[in-house]
Amino acid sequence: MSFLDYAPAPESTAILNLKSDYGLFINGGFVDGHGTPFSTISPATEKTIATIASANDEDVDRAVAAARRAYDNTWSRMSGSDRGKYLFRIARLVQERARELAVAESLDNGKPIKESRDVDVPLVAAWFFYYAGWADKLDYAGAGASPTALGVAGQIIPWNFPLLMLAWKIAPALAAGNTVVLKPAETTPLTALLFAEILQQADLPAGVVNIVTGAGSTGAALVNHPGVNKIAFTGSTNVGRGIAKAIAGSDKRVTLELGGKAANIVFDDAPIDQAIEGIVNGIFFNQGHVCCAGSRLLVQENIHDEVVDRLKERLSTLRLGDPLDKNTDIGAVNSAAQLERIKTLSDIGENEGAERWSADCVIPSEGFWFPPTIFTNVSTSHRIARDEVFGPVLSVLTFRTPAEAIAKANNTPYGLSAGIWSDKGSRILAVADKLRAGVIWANTFNRFDPASPFGGYKESGYGREGGRHGLAAYLKPEGSARAVTASPAADATDSTITTSKEAAK
Amino acid sequence: MSRLAVPKTYKLYIGGKFPRSESGRTYEVVTKKGAFLANAAKASRKDARDAVVAARSAVSGWANATAYNRGQVLYRIAELLEGRRAQFIDEIVQSEAVSTAAATRQVDEAIDRWVWYAGWADKFVQVTGNANPVSGPYFNLSVPEPTGVVAIVAPQDSSLLGFVSVVAPALVAGNTVVVLASERLPLSAITLSEVLATSDVPGGVVNILTGSAAEVAPWLASHADVNALDLTGAGALDWVDLEIAAAETLKRVLRPEGGTDAAAPSLDRITALTETKTVWHTKSLI
Repeated sequence: MSFLDYAPAPESTAILNLKSDYGLFINGGFVDGHGTPFSTISPATEKTIATIASANDEDVDRAVAAARRAYDNTWSRMSGSDRGKYLFRIARLVQERARELAVAESLDNGKPIKESRDVDVPLVAAWFFYYAGWADKLDYAGAGASPTALGVAGQIIPWNFPLLMLAWKIAPALAAGNTVVLKPAETTPLTALLFAEILQQADLPAGVVNIVTGAGSTGAALVNHPGVNKIAFTGSTNVGRGIAKAIAGSDKRVTLELGGKAANIVFDDAPIDQAIEGIVNGIFFNQGHVCCAGSRLLVQENIHDEVVDRLKERLSTLRLGDPLDKNTDIGAVNSAAQLERIKTLSDIGENEGAERWSADCVIPSEGFWFPPTIFTNVSTSHRIARDEVFGPVLSVLTFRTPAEAIAKANNTPYGLSAGIWSDKGSRILAVADKLRAGVIWANTFNRFDPASPFGGYKESGYGREGGRHGLAAYLKPEGSARAVTASPAADATDSTITTSKEAAK
Repeated sequence: MSRLAVPKTYKLYIGGKFPRSESGRTYEVVTKKGAFLANAAKASRKDARDAVVAARSAVSGWANATAYNRGQVLYRIAELLEGRRAQFIDEIVQSEAVSTAAATRQVDEAIDRWVWYAGWADKFVQVTGNANPVSGPYFNLSVPEPTGVVAIVAPQDSSLLGFVSVVAPALVAGNTVVVLASERLPLSAITLSEVLATSDVPGGVVNILTGSAAEVAPWLASHADVNALDLTGAGALDWVDLEIAAAETLKRVLRPEGGTDAAAPSLDRITALTETKTVWHTKSLI
């Protein structure tokens, strides 16, 4: 046993009190679904965790009706401070049950327990706590005086951060006074259903949050439902495009948080130790299942070899395996389908001439796994430099001048995030100005905070989540331009501002 | 004996120049009673694409100008508009068949609205940006940036005020625009392009097309190098199809507006065509 070997330290699943079957959460209680139930499995073992109900069109209809009743009769009439108190309660309940939620998340999703325990679940609590305080301060949200809620929000979330994405969606929606029908991802419904139990403990009024599990057809029913006023979606650009088309011509508003192909730019004066850790965190955090992952490493040519050597050395120390083991760095890929996509794109990378290197780690016999992988000798036209792999695969490209780095970084239809590593503050600020991306991390990567707006440019979607901007996405400023996407800081009061001639009339 | 007038040839405005439509087509602009006023250029798909190219190449210069500079350039347009009041009033009286008083009101309101927007150029970032109190040793700022090239269908029932109400707010943040002027009432827009050409607005920042909105708008809605689509004046078109076409590249879309207060002045019209960029920077631990 070398100093890099660790004895297994698995987190116990005894803290979980799971049911064998879960229904849909509609109008405050669990009810049967009328679609074909499905199993949710642990991607690390392929063993079934529980059987989950599937919502068909009628079930979605019932959920939207429950949300509408709750909006009309309860939630829209409640004072902001009371809405806030419910959200504070939820934040506290999440903290109280944090360990249980983290274990369930790692079990269902495959992510390392150290991430679900130290990142996902604490951020979930923080998100509810942050937006709780907004509920009675909406006049200050930048949406004009006395803004109103939109109504019923239909929310569809991905499988990479199941509970965190739920929090990103539900917390601002409820704070702004909307009610919610949320559809978790098909492969990761478990923590959303545990969250439903938390809502029962919080005594949230029935129908304010409804959770409908199912596959793509359940999501489509929600998007197309005429009773829904707002769609919030996080997921692939392709599905987002379909949603934007589906709601065309309606009065629905939409925010879309879609794919990315972030450039992580490393200049030759970068603090190299931090940069190596940042690159690793940027692409291997959560097995690379991160829309804002730093999947394109742009490294200044003169330090390319050093960076790549040190990366390989660092990756060789990462521990891949049981997500519930507290020592695990790289967990399981979420599903067989995703593993297939990662393999396919990696093979294409090799066939197109890039050089592949994978960390030499033992792959468990069961479950879905992919070793941390680096491609060097990648050119901008390669598919691994253009397509979102959504896995632990890093493409390395080089540049000589800041201008070349900026041009290469922006050479993508996406525009979600980017990273800059340099010791020179003035250069960081100048480069940050030129990057067409919604979130830029300088000498850090993959940081998230409820106070910090997050969202993309171009085909990475529209609207922002987090901060005051995230709240505006769920508020209706009177007389504003009819933007499909909620504008970042809509200000209704201005529509009443008249120019001097108007005032004279 | 009265003097024989010298009528103007009304052309397109692309990249700071005044081309005729490459298609060679024109259409008759007439008064409300049907009398001939002018032959305006009838823009084609090619003209629209040329305009997008011009707009794209103008983005970096305009977006990277200082806010103070953009504000002054926009204010300068209002100064020149003021100098041409009589011409705008005359054209509006002829084409809209309204009284001189009504035309004067429209022109004055348009100029004042332009001034109002010009003043926002160096303020909206402060009002809509944020310093974010994140948990950790990070300097974290959110600021709005221009979304890029904006294609606009201007209000169809207003000569000048409608046009100004959609174009000015798009320019404030540093976007460049391709505008489809009112099909029936294009004269003010074309005259405005002469104002723009003699102001300090760089060529390509504003590109103005006249002709059939129904024919040209779909090409702009589906153009991959257009970032946002303002359909304020597209209420009478098949605008749902335009929104669907725009979704293919996830353009930001402003849906049609009607009524007397369509495109009323608001900060929201500026911010709707911006992207919020959030920058995190580490702070050292001392």
